[in-house]
Amino acid sequence: MSDAETSDEFEPVEVFPEAESGGMDLRSGADDCYKCSTCDSECPVAAVDDDFPGPKFQGPEQWRLKRKGDQDIDDSVMNCSNCMRCDSACPSDVPLSQMHNTARGTFVENRMEKFSREYVRNRILSNYGTLAWFGSKAPRLANAVMSSSVVQTINEKVMGITAEREFPEFAEQTFRAWWEERGGARVQSDEKRVAYFHGCYSNYNTPEVGKAMVRVFEEFGYEVMVPPQKCSGTPMFANGMLPDARRAAETNVAELSTAIEDGADVIASCTSCSLSLRQEYPELFDLEGIEDVSAHTYEALEYLRIHEDLSGALAESEVDSRKFAYHAPCHARNQGLAGQALELLEGVEGAEAEDVGDSCSGISGTYGWKTEKYDTSMKIGAEMFHHMEDAEPDAGMTECPTCAMQMEHGTGYEIRHPLQVVEDALLG
Amino acid sequence: MAIEDDVLVIGGGLAGATAAIAAARGGAAVRLVTYKENTLRNASGLIDVLGYHGSDEPIAEPFEAIPDLPDEHPYRKVGVDAVRESLALFDEITEDFYEGSHTETNALSPTYGGRVKPTSRYPASAAAGLASRLEETLLVGFETVTTFDAPLAAERLDSSVPFDVRGVTIPFPGDYRADARITRLAGALDADDVLDRQRRIGTREVLAARVAEHLGNAERVGFPAILGDHEPREVRESLESELGVPVFEVPMGPPSLPGMRLEDRLERALDEEGVRVEAGNPVVGYDEDDGRITAAYVDRGRRRVPYHAEQVVLATGGLVGKGIDSDREGVTEPVFDCHVPQSEDRYEWFHDEVFDDQPYARFGVRVDEDLRPLSSNGKPEFANLRATGAVLGDYDLAREKSGSGVSLSTGLVAGRRASEDLQHNE
Ligand SMILES: Cc1cc2nc3c(=O)[nH]c(=O)nc-3n(C[C@H](O)[C@H](O)[C@H](O)COP(=O)(O)OP(=O)(O)OC[C@H]3O[C@@H](n4cnc5c(N)ncnc54)[C@H](O)[C@@H]3O)c2cc1C
Ligand code: SF4
Ligand code: SF4
Repeated sequence: MSDAETSDEFEPVEVFPEAESGGMDLRSGADDCYKCSTCDSECPVAAVDDDFPGPKFQGPEQWRLKRKGDQDIDDSVMNCSNCMRCDSACPSDVPLSQMHNTARGTFVENRMEKFSREYVRNRILSNYGTLAWFGSKAPRLANAVMSSSVVQTINEKVMGITAEREFPEFAEQTFRAWWEERGGARVQSDEKRVAYFHGCYSNYNTPEVGKAMVRVFEEFGYEVMVPPQKCSGTPMFANGMLPDARRAAETNVAELSTAIEDGADVIASCTSCSLSLRQEYPELFDLEGIEDVSAHTYEALEYLRIHEDLSGALAESEVDSRKFAYHAPCHARNQGLAGQALELLEGVEGAEAEDVGDSCSGISGTYGWKTEKYDTSMKIGAEMFHHMEDAEPDAGMTECPTCAMQMEHGTGYEIRHPLQVVEDALLG
Repeated sequence: MAIEDDVLVIGGGLAGATAAIAAARGGAAVRLVTYKENTLRNASGLIDVLGYHGSDEPIAEPFEAIPDLPDEHPYRKVGVDAVRESLALFDEITEDFYEGSHTETNALSPTYGGRVKPTSRYPASAAAGLASRLEETLLVGFETVTTFDAPLAAERLDSSVPFDVRGVTIPFPGDYRADARITRLAGALDADDVLDRQRRIGTREVLAARVAEHLGNAERVGFPAILGDHEPREVRESLESELGVPVFEVPMGPPSLPGMRLEDRLERALDEEGVRVEAGNPVVGYDEDDGRITAAYVDRGRRRVPYHAEQVVLATGGLVGKGIDSDREGVTEPVFDCHVPQSEDRYEWFHDEVFDDQPYARFGVRVDEDLRPLSSNGKPEFANLRATGAVLGDYDLAREKSGSGVSLSTGLVAGRRASEDLQHNE
């Protein structure tokens, strides 16, 4: 029997007991704020951007203002990167990121010109999956086009997408194509089953992470399912594209619910994906089965730690001697998973891992891709870059694909996913 | 049973960190799980052991006063020696970052409200400000930092200390929004942001020049505690060399940079002792077998994950840290539902005068000599659970000025005993 207990009775999201028609009432959440400013002192954007009024204003204060009159949402909410650090800081449990997500949605809907360059750019960036889908059809061509200086200049000048960054390469073969070619699951089991939520990035850009996840889980005797799926919605929340996010959520919740009915738990290799399914979905949408999906979703290593003797298995393993500089993504922190990868690697002979500190990497998904946000993003990341350089690792390590991009961009190191390291250790 | 340790500490404030370090030093494999940020960010960063008891006169010798405290007081449970030892542990962890270990006598530190407060350990950055140094003092406030009104604080201080105190308010150098966060200003001092490119003058130099205009005969200068986030010593030293007099920080309320700096030190110490720290999710329940806790459940979103341990330390804080909950029905300890002594009649929870000895301030779990929470019949609730810090009742940290001392000493004892009990079981 599973050692983890999933509570059967779900309490609806209690932060808005008085949900009003057409919108959520965040008053009780706002009332819990006692203005201690802890959230402000944890906000990485506020730390480097003097014009950003910080989470306390974006959350409870803006809500109070808005309720008083017809006060518009302040445009500064678009400068929040949705790192959700303020959430984990607040001693009084104020649902800050939920307030920000909702406010951003309202702002984009009511105040953003739908033909403006910013809107179009944000829409494209937040629908990265669609872009990647095209890219995956002819990866070599797409890679060549995206890295050409002409396209980069157009991106920069016309779209407002920074030319400072290298566009991530599309894989020759997507994870899903590999999965099909392989003939799907190699382990069948009625008792141990997981549905893999691979997300866009490990499907189109880093299928090796998805493959590592499959091999590791099969090693532990799990039947892996790969249900149809859309983007988790993370970039959409961050850009206030709530209707897009809702559409994606409808598909994901329906498909994952079916898998759960078939006896599977949902696992993700990207910490933003797991956070989105777990926390943001039920906070923002009211869909049939959403609570169930939330309750059954885990990050991949978290799942093995709870259900298997993963550290025991790793204690008997060995890897070629290698030192990693580990960065815990904000969204891993938020789920209480920040120390997990380091703890696991402690037991692996040959692997050495050093934490590069608790600063935010600064890229926050699409945030650091925007021309006007690029400098802020790099300023936030500076602390992490310094720590990485001090650590002199053989490679970097993190769970989040965009944090990995930022780590590589700022330091030049190759970056691995902990699942890949675990795969090396267990399967050689 | 995937997640298993010898000792599980619940709560990552001063009490939980001390307990975890003490248990790890006793040889235990320790895990610390904590929910949100602890109260160090709100606290001043001063380490108070005992400032007042029974009267408005500050206590000079806290260790001598401890035996006079009531029997139920946490200090009486752990004993004076444990309080001393816990401070020694604190001194070791904080190294040159804190001062005050040279004496058992309380120091008097100025507060941002313009009073002096008895305390046992103070950040090195506050050292030059102590009232025992009879030096003429200039307090400097910033227009945008409204939580510190330097002229007012100076006026109040001046009337209660035997040296002259003046206060001025100046603009912070550089171009900041009117309500810029203090972390932002501290960061500008850390980085010494260049303000005049041609003459290559940085923030620190401009600040010193503005202060110098008001220096007069002052023999030291005090600022609100915003002198650097990561490099406080460097910032202070460069201001001192520009001004030619000692510079100090006046401890501030939330968000407190000295508190945050202390937090960093504690994190590092936990790491060095090999304590596994997990932050972000609360403990919400437990399994019990024959009077012992066998697992504590961590709430990860909509699922509960069991954490197994032989010994458990509860360090979840008081009403502010959410270790103690209150509603119309009563006052409770929400994790293990430990008994919290309270009057049946809610009207007896508080007295009319705010500064009276308030019963609610003493709310918390009651423990035995071994720091085990006691149920209403006076028996330990669980054989392997100890409680420490602000979750404890029977003391009034705000009135006594004893918060940090109680957290440190009960944390030390709880952590030690938890690791000793493991050895007994072997
Ligand atoms: C505004 C303020 C000012 C203060 N000023 C001073 C001062 O000047 N000098 C002084 O000596 N003392 C001061 N104190 C008191 C001092 O900070 C505290 O007494 C002491 O630090 C409390 O430490 P603690 O570890 O017991 O609790 P806390 O610091 O409250 O830590 C408790 C931790 O437990 C976590 N937690 C709570 N519930 C759970 C759960 N269910 N599961 C997991 N984790 C949980 C919380 O998130 C928190 O991180 C002040 C306190 C406050 C509030
Ligand atoms: S941390 Fe929470 S209580 Fe404190 S100011 Fe921010 S929202 Fe308010
Ligand atoms: S989500 Fe991150 S960037 Fe946005 S307000 Fe909160 S801490 Fe700041």
